[in-house]
Amino acid sequence: MKITKETVSYVAELSRIKLGEEQTERMLGELSEIIDYMDILSGVDTEGVEPLSHVFSINNVVREDEVKPSYNRTILIENAPEHTEQSVVVPKTVE
Amino acid sequence: MRDILKMTAIEVGEAIRKGEITSVEATSALLDAIEAADSEINAYITVCREAALEQAKKVQKLIESGELSGPLAGVPIAIKDNICTKGVKTSCASKILGDFKPPYDATVITRLEEAGMVVVGKLNMDEFAMGSTTETSFYGATKNPWDKNKVPGGSSGGAAAAVAAGEAFCALGSDTGGSIRQPASYCGVTGFKPTYGTVSRYGLIAYASSLDQIGPVARDVRDCAAIMDIIKGKDCMDGTSIELEEQNESYLQMLSGDVSKLRVALPKECFGEGVDDEVRSSVLLMAEELKKQGAEVTEISLPFIKYVIPTYYIMATAEASSNLSRFDGVKYGFRATEYDGLRDLYEATRSEGFGEEVKKRILLGTFVLSSGYYDAYYKKALQVKSIIKEQFDSIFEQYDVIICPTAPATAPTIGESLSDSLKMYLSDIFTVSPNIAGLPALSVPCGFDRSGMPIGAQIIGPRLGERNVLGAGYAYQQVTDFHKRNAAERSETK
Repeated sequence: MKITKETVSYVAELSRIKLGEEQTERMLGELSEIIDYMDILSGVDTEGVEPLSHVFSINNVVREDEVKPSYNRTILIENAPEHTEQSVVVPKTVE
Repeated sequence: MRDILKMTAIEVGEAIRKGEITSVEATSALLDAIEAADSEINAYITVCREAALEQAKKVQKLIESGELSGPLAGVPIAIKDNICTKGVKTSCASKILGDFKPPYDATVITRLEEAGMVVVGKLNMDEFAMGSTTETSFYGATKNPWDKNKVPGGSSGGAAAAVAAGEAFCALGSDTGGSIRQPASYCGVTGFKPTYGTVSRYGLIAYASSLDQIGPVARDVRDCAAIMDIIKGKDCMDGTSIELEEQNESYLQMLSGDVSKLRVALPKECFGEGVDDEVRSSVLLMAEELKKQGAEVTEISLPFIKYVIPTYYIMATAEASSNLSRFDGVKYGFRATEYDGLRDLYEATRSEGFGEEVKKRILLGTFVLSSGYYDAYYKKALQVKSIIKEQFDSIFEQYDVIICPTAPATAPTIGESLSDSLKMYLSDIFTVSPNIAGLPALSVPCGFDRSGMPIGAQIIGPRLGERNVLGAGYAYQQVTDFHKRNAAERSETK
């Protein structure tokens, strides 16, 4: 499948990654080569084959709903690049 | 007394139990070795000198009082930097995680500590385990101890290099498409990727969750088996971990060295075009050796092998694009300094925080999952996965293990691989299929090429066939000494 510069810019936007002009060109070249190679899969007959996500047939894994202590909030919040004593700080999101 | 640094992990454990050395002495000898060698090798991102010595003292007391008596009690171990260690920086070798200090330990770390092992530090790797050379690390490339102009392989390059350089007795790595086995092969050490679900992934920072497994890197198969005994088993914190029927059986005790009647398959596709002559002949000699010991060796065909790389890279990048969406400059690690609003905060942070290879894989994964391409790539890959799994299953109805090279060639020169991603991806051809099908696979040293670089052979078994995989590697190491050769000695005499 042939991809274009627009495709690269579109997936970059979906991925929340900014690409400069030169970077977009370079990614286009590299991704095209890899995607071309991936196209050999179109030669495999998969008619009627179910997609397999897990090699062991594990279904829903459930556990007892027990009350357990959660992690210490102060320690969790300390990993955030910007925070107060109580919460994580982000730019204003709602006007 | 023998040089502590030349011992295997099990030998160190024995010496500690017999009172010949203490855990503190072993830990301190290792920390000194790291200090002496690591400025050149760059295997470690973080060394925990004080904490390790403190832990060693504590463990030593428990050993002396008889509360700890396992084979690896008191033995130091190093950990790949994508496995969470409480309060100790865990970076995935990425800028985006900054100085992230996990508030909890991965299940494997808890289990190692319960068994009395001492964590000495965190090991270098390709950024987010994406790469085959350990060159994409934000903390600089790791060097191969056998030749410092060569890469150690990847992504667990720090683990393999540390063990080969005498900077670790053993280590934990992670393997998504060969990231334990390929560096083990390039560095002349032993590395094992267990059956998917055997080891809990809780606390392993995810790359591709359906393929990732934690496993040991060590000097020999016995050490790998002993570490597996500690880390294996169901964990309620990982829904994909499985209940093992032989949970109370020890892989270490199951090693018998008897391979008579072991049915070994050699896939002809793994010994043909694209494989170096010296690699091919060394791996074939290994099969010969097992045959001498009574194994039945048969040539087979793996017709699907040309499809494994695209299948793997579609699955891995798709899962990565989703897993890595959590790195947004809000909850942990690095945040860009200049941005305009929330969306721009995400974009600026991710653009500055991720390296090129990681960005490429996120873009590729987003592409194969995006509307219009999903059926042609992602769904197709999962269908081919199903076919690959079935074909392996039918091979393992007739054979106990498959033997093939771990990698088509020995370690490349630093700087050679990153310029051509597709070529680098193709070098994973022999290691990715066990991940796709969830199979256990081991890499053991089986020779050296003419420039003296190690060659590795891979032993693959059916799901939960660890006993035969480890058993075959152990039998081979009983009669060969490739795993005992020492990288440090070679570089001295060079």
